[in-house]
Formats: sequence, structure tokens, C-alpha cells
Amino acid sequence: MNESIVSLKEVSFQYDEQERYALNHVSLDIYEGEWLAIVGHNGSGKSTMAKLLNGLQFPQQGEITVCGMQLNEESIWDIRKQIGMVFQNPDNQFVGTTVQDDVAFGLENNGIPRDEMVRRVEDSLRKVKMDQFLYQEPHHLSGGQKQRVAIAGVLALRPSIIILDEATSMLDPRGRGEVLETVRLLKAEKALTVISITHDLEEAAKADRIIVMNKGEVFREGTPEEIFSMDEQLIQLGLDIPFSVKMSKAFRQKGIDLSKHYLSEEELVTELWTSRFSI
Amino acid sequence: MMEKMIFGRYVPADSVIHKMDSRSKLIIIFLFVCIIFLANNAVTYALIGIYTFFMLGMSRIPVRFLYGGLKPVLWLVLFTLVLQLFFTKEGALLVSWGPIKIYEEGLRMGIFISLRFFFLILMTSLLTLTTTPIEITDGLETLLNPLKKVKFPVHEMALMMSISLRFIPTLMQETDKIMKAQIARGVEFASGPFKERIKAVIPLLIPLFVSSFKRAEELAIAMEARGYRGGEGRTKYRQLSWHLADSLQLVLLAMLTILLFLLRS
Repeated sequence: MNESIVSLKEVSFQYDEQERYALNHVSLDIYEGEWLAIVGHNGSGKSTMAKLLNGLQFPQQGEITVCGMQLNEESIWDIRKQIGMVFQNPDNQFVGTTVQDDVAFGLENNGIPRDEMVRRVEDSLRKVKMDQFLYQEPHHLSGGQKQRVAIAGVLALRPSIIILDEATSMLDPRGRGEVLETVRLLKAEKALTVISITHDLEEAAKADRIIVMNKGEVFREGTPEEIFSMDEQLIQLGLDIPFSVKMSKAFRQKGIDLSKHYLSEEELVTELWTSRFSI
Repeated sequence: MMEKMIFGRYVPADSVIHKMDSRSKLIIIFLFVCIIFLANNAVTYALIGIYTFFMLGMSRIPVRFLYGGLKPVLWLVLFTLVLQLFFTKEGALLVSWGPIKIYEEGLRMGIFISLRFFFLILMTSLLTLTTTPIEITDGLETLLNPLKKVKFPVHEMALMMSISLRFIPTLMQETDKIMKAQIARGVEFASGPFKERIKAVIPLLIPLFVSSFKRAEELAIAMEARGYRGGEGRTKYRQLSWHLADSLQLVLLAMLTILLFLLRS
């Protein structure tokens, strides 16, 4: 495994009016270049974790280190340059009046000279295939397109980590596909670390590693195969299992022996039509 | 319909006026509003009229758009005309018809003041018809920049304006959605007595308010995550560019001002 790029040590966080800890002594490492999915039921603390990593909230206890910098009041601006966040609602994170203004917003904040800005805006919009929409206003774009613009805005700042905070949960299946595909291509190209916070297990199935959160604690950690093999427990946590995993399980119960747990529908279908079964 | 009220204002066209810098347009309008008060006789009003129509001609805005801007204020213009006609009692008596008496000075003042109104409205509509709201915002921000010295929050105001502009269509779409949802639940927006219709707005406004606050909070978090920390040390992506045409327009206005000074009585 690569070096750790983010590390949390004994981090606890509590919202003002609440008695319960949103995060309770959480320790974990996130490694450079990996795609990590953090899953969990509503209120499991997964979104709180995203906010802590970016200094939008500060933990009451514990230490957070991002790219070798310890997170505190002084370092948050440098850390925010390293971490790009894409949020849930495509409309509520679109600041500019047009696509290009929105991508430029983060650059303006960081005092990037204008010539450089123009270059980076065009460049990052091309990467997310939105360069045809430079002058478009947000209300003429689909949800998936808006999220891609948000990714371009993040990309323009050349971060090393991208956090997707439920970034696909308000999109239709097509928009979801577009956004995840974009992130996947970018990750491969730029050696980004991707942290996707989601309750969509289909999305999580594509990650390198999954962390399951429950009641502010890390419940389990492992590869998608490992996580989905604990199916009953996941359902008890209020999480669902991807359809293909459910199917493989049902096949196995019927006595049809599949070689492994299938995480994507495609793999499962391929296995089904290429194998010979005796029923 | 509502969208027309706010966005129908800007009419895209390829004209000299459209290409002008929003700063020069704002300066010209501001000065025009001042110098129009210099006019006090037929010659000077004619000069201002020629200037106004010259500018309108150059903007290549179809007359129907100008009329659209004039229509709501036309009543005000007529009202001032009538007011002046009946209540100024100076000069020679022109018409005497029962209790109605119209004097020469009344007629003169009435016509002049209505003309002043008329030209002012035409010129200010010209600004909004040829300049996008965001350009106006940018222009205002640069022009008001010196006020930062006296702690006037210029950058914050400009950002507020541009965010409002960006969210108007979003909120309109949302209003539309809520309206349909409430109609589906039996609320009548379009018919019924006036009092009922006012009441029907409440189930529209409350969800809209709630969601706006939520949006505002999420937007603030997103802005902060993208490194926003106020106007200091910020660079600007949008750029205004001052061309020769802008300077020439200012010279033209200066010439008009000088002529007005010379020819006024």
C-alpha cells in the first residue's frame, strides 16, 4: 500500500445541541491514490467526517493530518487547496452565474493571476467534457452536468484529494454514471485520492476499499468483497446490498455454484452466460 | 411571465452600445441624469432629444422593446403633464373652458417636464436593455472600488448581487414546482376572491423560504470549502475592457454638456 495521505487519530466530534457523539474516537488512515468509500446509515457520522477533513468543523478531541499538515486554524486554507469537495445538491454549490465563472470561483479565492485562470478554467472543463458549455447558465444544465462543473471547479485548484460527499445521490442513473466515470478517469490520470461518501452500495462496490460507519464509529473496514460477504449485518445497519451480490447469493442458495461474489452486474451476467450449470 | 420581468430586459444585439464597457455606460447614465436639468428652453430640450435618439439608434434595439419599458411609466408622464397644465397659473391664458383654465407657462412646463421624464426613462432603459445584469454588477464594483477606503463593503455587495442573479432562475423553477404541488393538493392560485388568493400565497411562500435558507447554508459551506475568505487577496476572472468607443462616448457627452451650458436661457 502507498503512504498515508490523511490520518485521523482518536478523533471525536459532537454537534452543539447533541448529547451523542457524531464521531467517537475514530482512527483511520487513507492512502495516497486509493479510492475509498465511506458508507453508513444516515447519522452514522460519515458526512461529519468529510467536514472535519476539510476544516469546516473542528474535532473536540484527536488529531487530523492531511498531506503532512496538521489541521488547525492556520493550516485550513492550505489544506483546502489540497482537498476538493463535491457536495450533494448540484444547485447549492454553483456559485457563478455561468459555467466558466463557477469554475473560476475557487481560483479567484486563491488569488491566481488571470492569464493562468483562463488556462486552468478551459483545461479543467475539457477534462470533464464540459468545454462546450463555457457561457451556459446553471439552470440550463442537467444535474449530472452541474456536478461535472463542480468537479472541474475542484480540479482547477489541482488538489491531491477529492471528496465526493453524496455527490451522486440527487442524480438520475445516467447523471450518476457520468459523474463516476469522470472521477474514475481523472483519478487514473492525475493519481488522485478519492474519498466517496455514499449510501449507494453500487457506487461503493467500485472502490478499492470500504469503511462502514455506524453510530460514529468505524464498524468494519475491508475490500468490497469482504464487506459484502457480511450481508446480514449490513442489512441490520440499514444498508442494502448491491443487486448482483444479492443475486449471486440467491443462486448459491439454489445450489448453483458461482465462483465468487459478483460486485457488478456485468461480471455476473458474463459468468451466467459463459458457464455450464447443471440444475 | 416573471422571467420576462427580470430577464426580458436584456436584448442581445451586435451594436456599438452593446460592446461598450459597462463602466462607461454607468458613468454616462449618471451624468446624463444630472445634465438633463440644465435644459430649460426649446433648443436645449431638442439637443437632449437628438442625443437620446442618436444613442437609441446606435443600440439597434427594436422600438417595441423600448415601448415595453415605457409603458408602465407612461401614466406617470401623462399625470405630470396634466398636473402642470392645470396648476400652473402664469403667463397668458390660452384656453378657458368652464372651470378649466390653461395658461401658457403651464403648457410649457408640462411639456418640458414630461419630455425630461421621457428622455430619462429611455436612457436608463437603454442601459438595462444593452447590458447584462452581471456586467452592470461588475461595472458597479469597479466604479465603487474607491469607497472601500471608507469601509464600504463593495466586494460583498457585488458578490451578493451576482449570487442573487444566479439564484433567481433556480428559485423560479422551485416556485413553479411548489405551486404545482400545492395545486395538486387543491390550492387555487388563479381564481377566487382576492382575499382567498392572497391567503393561497402562504403555502407557496413558506416552503420557498425554508428551502432558500437551506440553500444559503449549503452554498456558504461550499464556498468556504472552495477557499472563499472575503475579498482580500482575491483576483478577478471577469474583466472589463475600456475601448476607444467608450472614451469617444464620454467626449460626446462632454460636448453635449458644453452646448447645454451655452444655449440654456
